[in-house]
Formats: sequence, structure tokens, C-alpha cells
Amino acid sequence: MSSRLPVFLSLLAWALFWELSTRIAGSTMFPPLSAIIITIGDVVQLKSFQTALVVTARAFAIGLGLALVVGILVGALMGRFDTADRILNVWVNIFISAPLTAVVPALMPLLGIGETTVVATVFLFAVWVIIIDTREGIRGVSPSLVEMARSNGATRWQMFRKILLPSAMPEVMTGVRLGVVRGVKGVIIGQIIIALVGFGALFETYLQTFQMTRFWALVLVVFSLGFVLVEIVGLLERRLTLHAKSR
Amino acid sequence: MTSVTAIRMAEPVEVADIIVKAVDISKRYGDGTQALSDVTIEFRRGELTTLLGPSGCGKTTLLKIIAGLLPASGGEVRVDNRTVYGPGPERAFVFQDFALMPWASVLRNVAFGLELRGTPKAEREDIARRYIKSVGLAGAEHKFPSELSGGMRQRAGLARALTVNADVLLMDEPFSAIDEQMRRKLQEDLLELLREEQKSVIFVTHSIEEAVYLSDQVVLLTRNPGRVVKSIRPGFDRGAGPEAVRRDQRYLDAVDDIWSQLKQYLS
Repeated sequence: MSSRLPVFLSLLAWALFWELSTRIAGSTMFPPLSAIIITIGDVVQLKSFQTALVVTARAFAIGLGLALVVGILVGALMGRFDTADRILNVWVNIFISAPLTAVVPALMPLLGIGETTVVATVFLFAVWVIIIDTREGIRGVSPSLVEMARSNGATRWQMFRKILLPSAMPEVMTGVRLGVVRGVKGVIIGQIIIALVGFGALFETYLQTFQMTRFWALVLVVFSLGFVLVEIVGLLERRLTLHAKSR
Repeated sequence: MTSVTAIRMAEPVEVADIIVKAVDISKRYGDGTQALSDVTIEFRRGELTTLLGPSGCGKTTLLKIIAGLLPASGGEVRVDNRTVYGPGPERAFVFQDFALMPWASVLRNVAFGLELRGTPKAEREDIARRYIKSVGLAGAEHKFPSELSGGMRQRAGLARALTVNADVLLMDEPFSAIDEQMRRKLQEDLLELLREEQKSVIFVTHSIEEAVYLSDQVVLLTRNPGRVVKSIRPGFDRGAGPEAVRRDQRYLDAVDDIWSQLKQYLS
């Protein structure tokens, strides 16, 4: 409990600073925090917000789901087979550090101005880190565990499902957590660039009509949703890797 | 039992007695290292044969080739007179580092060979419990490997190899990661266990005493490249119990004999 005290103090100090400085300055761009927090209650009840939330959650879930499946399979392939690794590694390393935001506008003519592009953005943001961490995890699997499964006649699928994946679970879950973080960024960035879908459309509307209190309320809600999501994944990570430390 | 023995004796001994035969095995690695060169060894049914030699003599490589885990560069492995090309259910492996899944209980680890074969859960856990008991691990079924000592972990590894009911046990320096006192206990328990389970064992070790104490046959290998130097059958009576064996003149002679053989290859 005491370890959380500095966190609360830090947040409190920031909140006080925001509240006081905005009240003194009186800027329309930066309303006081108290006004924003009150507005959160209104914003989340708006039909437009609820629709945006559903649309965003959907795009995020589909994009992340695809990134998980592709990321773990490709990462496992690269971790297990040197040929696959040599072919794919250069691409993964280019894309993991690439400024993907710049690519999103190029996706639009291809995938349309709608959900598909957002899904693709989430996928592109999340998949690379999942690939890299899964690859690391699979490379670290004890060779004798692999031999043990082989000597017991394991099929390829059994090897993957019962030995490689559980062994690599700590690294895979790190990749998943970082993938979720990047996916959250991806879904919002994708929507903002398209500006017609989900939270992106809402942000755009609030900005253009100078509804700054609503704008900041929405920012706080989106921040909180992302934070809570990552915390949940962190919890899951700790559960799934309970026995990994004894490796 | 008696009738089987009688039938075997009626056949030519060389054919009937041999369960595993390594024929002209050679192994060359990609970097040009010649690990094994024309190794031919016959392993008799129901016996424990050790592969003994200094590190780098290719004894573990040979065991893994017999297991089907490594391909040979030349030669072949025959089990029951049939050439084998990979792992098979008639051979079970016991690993130096135990190869237990850290995320699974002892029970699941021991039953894992049967799990991969698709044996229903209740059935395989029954079988696993039986062998957990016979290796002396009763009560540890629901512990995780991290909660066990090295000796107990290898007991679990041995139990897993026994559950799949293979005729041949391939043991790769199984006790070398275990402290001396516990190693002696495990050696004695292994012999005890092998009196009940009719297994043929191929056992890799670098300990002369361990090889002589356990073996019906000791095959000496040397390195650069790995090849067979000599095969020795200690031939003392184990019935007298472990303490008597370790004082038996034939045991001591065999240890000396092997040491004088190996000495000349160490430089």
C-alpha cells in the first residue's frame, strides 16, 4: 500500500497544477480539470460515445486478434527454423522501428475509409513486437524438452501447443502486453487519421466545434481505457507465467 | 518366464539375444568434426550396457543416434532386427537435465509420454501414479519440479520413461547432475527397479565406478574420432547386495582394468 503513495501524490500534484494553472490562465483550449471530470459523466452517456466505443473495441479486438495469431505463428516459425528466420528477420526489424503512422494514409485507397483500415492499423502496430518476443521465447526453449517430446513421438502441433508455447509463455506474454499497448495507439491513430470512424470522428467533431471540455474528457476516458486494458493484460501475464521463474 | 527363456536358447544366441544393434555408425558434423567413426555395438536383451569414455568421445551422440533424435552420417541402428529411422515407442529416453516441464506437476510430467500418445486422462494418470510409487516419489504427485531435489527430479524422469512401457531405456548421464550420496542411492534403486521391470538399458556415463557397478557390459569409447576401444563384461554376482559388490574383487579389478585402458587415451 505504501508503495502506491508516491503514485497518488504525483497524480494529485499534477491534477492540482492543472486545476490552478488553467483557472489562473483562463484558456478556452485547456479547461480546468474539475470541469473536465464532471463532463466525463455526460460524455460517456452520449449515444455517439457509446457507438464510438463499440466500433473502436470491435476494430481493436479484430486487429489485435489477427496480430496475436499471425505474430505468435510467425514468431514461432522464426524461432524454430533458421531459414524462416533469415528470410523474415530483416522485415520484422524494419517494421518494428518504422513510423507506421505515415503508412496509414496509404492504406486508405487500398482498404477503404472505414473499419478495415483501422483494423489493419491495429494489426500493423501490434504484430511486430509479438513476433520478436515470441521468436526470442521459442529460441530459449530447452533443447532437451524438445528432444523429450520428439522421443515420445510428438506431432508438430503437439510440440507447438504442449512444449514450445508454454515454454515461451513469459516472452510471448511480454510481446502480447507490448502489442496491446501499441494496438491501443494504433486504433486511435488509425481513427484520427481517417477522422470518420469511432473516437477519431468524435475527437474531430469536438476540436472543430471548440468543445474543448468534451475533447479533454474524451482524452481522459481513452487514456483510462488503455491503461486499464494494459493492466488487465499485465495481470494475465503474471498468472500465465507463474511457473516460468523456475526455469 | 521359463518357457520364453527355453525358446530363446533354442535359437542362435547371437540373433535372439540382441535387442539393439548399432552398425558401422559414423557421425560427422557440419563443421567437419568427426564425432563417431564406424561404431558397431551389440546390446543384449535384458542387460544394462554402459557407454563409457572421456568427454568428447561421442557417447551421448551415439545414444541420441540410437534414440533417433540425431541422424547418423553413416551406418544404421537396428532394434529387434529392424532398422529404425527416428524415435519409436520401443525406446524411451532419460535426460541428464531431467527434461521436466516446469509448468506441470509431477503427475502430468510422468504421464506426458502417454498424453502425447493420446491415452485417456484417467488411464494415464493411473499408470503414472503406479510408476511414481515404484520410483519412490509417492506423495509428490502434485508438486512442481522446482519443489523437488535433483534426485527426486530424475526419479520423475525415470518414471516418465517407464510409463510408456518401452523395452529399451536410453539413459544419458542420468545421475551426473546429482550429488554423490544421492547418486549411489539412485544407482542402487535403479538396479532394484530393473529386477522387476524387464528392460534393456543403454546407459551413458563418464564415471568408471558407476559403469562397473551398474553394467552387465561396459563399452569403452575414445575420442578423435569416437570409436570403440574395448568391451568388458565385469561378471560379478549382484545378488550379494550393493555393499558386497563394491568390495567384490572382480568389481575392483574391472574398475582398474578400465582405468588402465582409458588412461592411455588421456593426454
